[in-house]
Amino acid sequence: MKLSNWIARDGAERPLIWPCVTLLLLCGLNLWVNPHFLSLRMLDGHLFGAPIDVLNRAAPLVLVATGMTLVIATRGIDISVGAVVAIAGAAAATILATQPVASAGLIAQALLAALITGLLSGMWNGLLVSFVGMQPIIATLILMVAGRGVAQLLTAGQIIPIGAPGYLFVGGGYWLGVPCSVWIAAVAVLATAALVEGTALGLFIRAIGVNPVATRLVGLRSKALVFAVYGFSGLTAAMAGILISSNVRSADGNNAGLLLELDAILAVTLGGTSLLGGRFSLVGTVLGALIIQTLTYTTYSIGVPPEATLVVKAAVVLAVSLIQSPAARSLAMSFGMSVRRSLVKQHGAAR
Amino acid sequence: MRRILEAWAHIVDPRTLPIAVTILLFCALFGFGSVMYTGFFSWQVLLDLLVDNAFLLIVAIGMTFVIVSGGIDLSVGSVVALTTIVEAVLSEHMHWPVWAILPIVLLMGTVFGAVQGALIHFFRLQAFIVTLAGMFFARGLCFLITTQSITITDPTFQKISAFRLDIGVGSVTANVLIAFVTLLAAIYVAHFTRFGRNVYAIGGNARSALLMGLPVARTRVGVYALSGFCSALGGAVFTFYVLSGYGLQGQGMELDAIAATVIGGTLLTGGVGYVIGSLFGVGILGTIQTLITFDGTLSSWWTRIVIGALLCAFCLLQRLIERHAKSVGRPGGTGAVVTAGRERGHADGSAPPDTHVIGRAPEQA
Repeated sequence: MKLSNWIARDGAERPLIWPCVTLLLLCGLNLWVNPHFLSLRMLDGHLFGAPIDVLNRAAPLVLVATGMTLVIATRGIDISVGAVVAIAGAAAATILATQPVASAGLIAQALLAALITGLLSGMWNGLLVSFVGMQPIIATLILMVAGRGVAQLLTAGQIIPIGAPGYLFVGGGYWLGVPCSVWIAAVAVLATAALVEGTALGLFIRAIGVNPVATRLVGLRSKALVFAVYGFSGLTAAMAGILISSNVRSADGNNAGLLLELDAILAVTLGGTSLLGGRFSLVGTVLGALIIQTLTYTTYSIGVPPEATLVVKAAVVLAVSLIQSPAARSLAMSFGMSVRRSLVKQHGAAR
Repeated sequence: MRRILEAWAHIVDPRTLPIAVTILLFCALFGFGSVMYTGFFSWQVLLDLLVDNAFLLIVAIGMTFVIVSGGIDLSVGSVVALTTIVEAVLSEHMHWPVWAILPIVLLMGTVFGAVQGALIHFFRLQAFIVTLAGMFFARGLCFLITTQSITITDPTFQKISAFRLDIGVGSVTANVLIAFVTLLAAIYVAHFTRFGRNVYAIGGNARSALLMGLPVARTRVGVYALSGFCSALGGAVFTFYVLSGYGLQGQGMELDAIAATVIGGTLLTGGVGYVIGSLFGVGILGTIQTLITFDGTLSSWWTRIVIGALLCAFCLLQRLIERHAKSVGRPGGTGAVVTAGRERGHADGSAPPDTHVIGRAPEQA
């Protein structure tokens, strides 16, 4: 009942139709180019096929975008996630590199270290935003600048190869025929959705986004909440960092998660979350991330130079923010009105 | 005594305190290098700071205007890259002369910035998002033109690049001269023209500026156009510096430019800042790099960490100033405070206690 209520409200307030239509169109385009786009086959007990590939590649982006959704819902932004991805991967790789043969305990240690460094990075951002009161973009800019330096400090400027089978399983293994990273992303998104929509937390986060002052006056501990949201964003970025470093079997302080923050913001906006805060949709975010990954897949498959993706992304960002902008809508409306009025006038004059 | 207090009040004035700290820090860093490393203290090292960072200085000047107006421009690095590519293609593939290429790229940058400004102002979009899209767009355009690095072999380009002007204590390149002219022009525009005052007014409070009848639309679009122009000019200077065009050029330069501007004492909330501060901001970034080069044992990533730490320190300083300004019942660091501070010298009775309050700023906060 509750779930159906939520879906109904979600549909009424911010239709997820646009992201769905975009995704379907992209899939249609792919089917047109390659009729076997949606076909799946089993090989050695693993599922193979383009959809699985898209899901697998989109998993880190989905994770990062989930954290970003909550941050943006509080009227903030976190542009340090790319750097946090690099730091988390570097932390895990450094611990794994201490012993030639990785035991289960060491792998657990590495995973834990990555998650903790991510959480700490997020908490640092949260501290600056909620307790010091910096603008979110600047507070997270600091970590964005310094973070890659820290990651390179951890890896001593090298690309550290990762060989521990247990760690590689996280980003490259399969469970029940489906890639592990897809499971991890799915569980993380569902857990977040349950936490946020199943409790009053989602309401509180939206309230902060709508009016931070009123929220504080109502008696919510908005500072602590904002702090926690940034911490959560750091945590999801660290999970993405684990997936990425495990998938490419190395930790690269310089290039891991490069421009991921922009993709995450794009995924969140595509999913209908308002950048002005106060509205968010986790389902939309997942759809947005899938759109981006499918778009990348499409550009590769239809032979457009992959660099063109950037231009397409720019156009999409602009279009989406124009659709969201009330000023643009009213301008379009008044333009339509004036056209109609001039038509009526001409009609009248003719008469 | 009175004069000392007045001078002190000027230094700790919310508008001049960050820039005073910046200049002090620059001197301290340079002094530190001079003491620690032999051969560091020379005019040529000082001039090389400008030689190696002329493009960043020009880009940071544009960024200063944007940040003073209360916005942000993330597209600058990509516009620099696009400029290098367009110059290289026009020069190498089309064999156009430099004098035809330069106006074209400068116009391109200006139009690019103006379109961003128009989107930001007329559709009330967030500057962050629009310039982010601009960043994607310019970078994508680079790669659409070519994914290769193009070396420029045109003799005029090479002549300009190799040009050295001896100024007695050392020599500077043409880039430094361009950067210096830009700096002087920017100081004139910011502090002695109507446009400059409008930029400060909009940054202080856009609504008030509008109610005062200032041309907010024209100014805001103009600010982003100026930033686009500066990015293109920075790109042109960068092309002279490296003599090639490549789409991956200038990655992260927007961060460096923002960092230089903030370290140079421009308040991110808008309305407060000096163009000359960005010169010292760029100087500090350059000095850190030079220090690390001279040391030899430190690795390059320390640059990023130190810049991040400095950025953090200056943002914290700004927050303290704003909080203090609030606690004495004044709008945070806007022009109003400064006007009061300036006039305080002439007003008789209220001067000493007021000065005293402001003088306590750092300790109290």
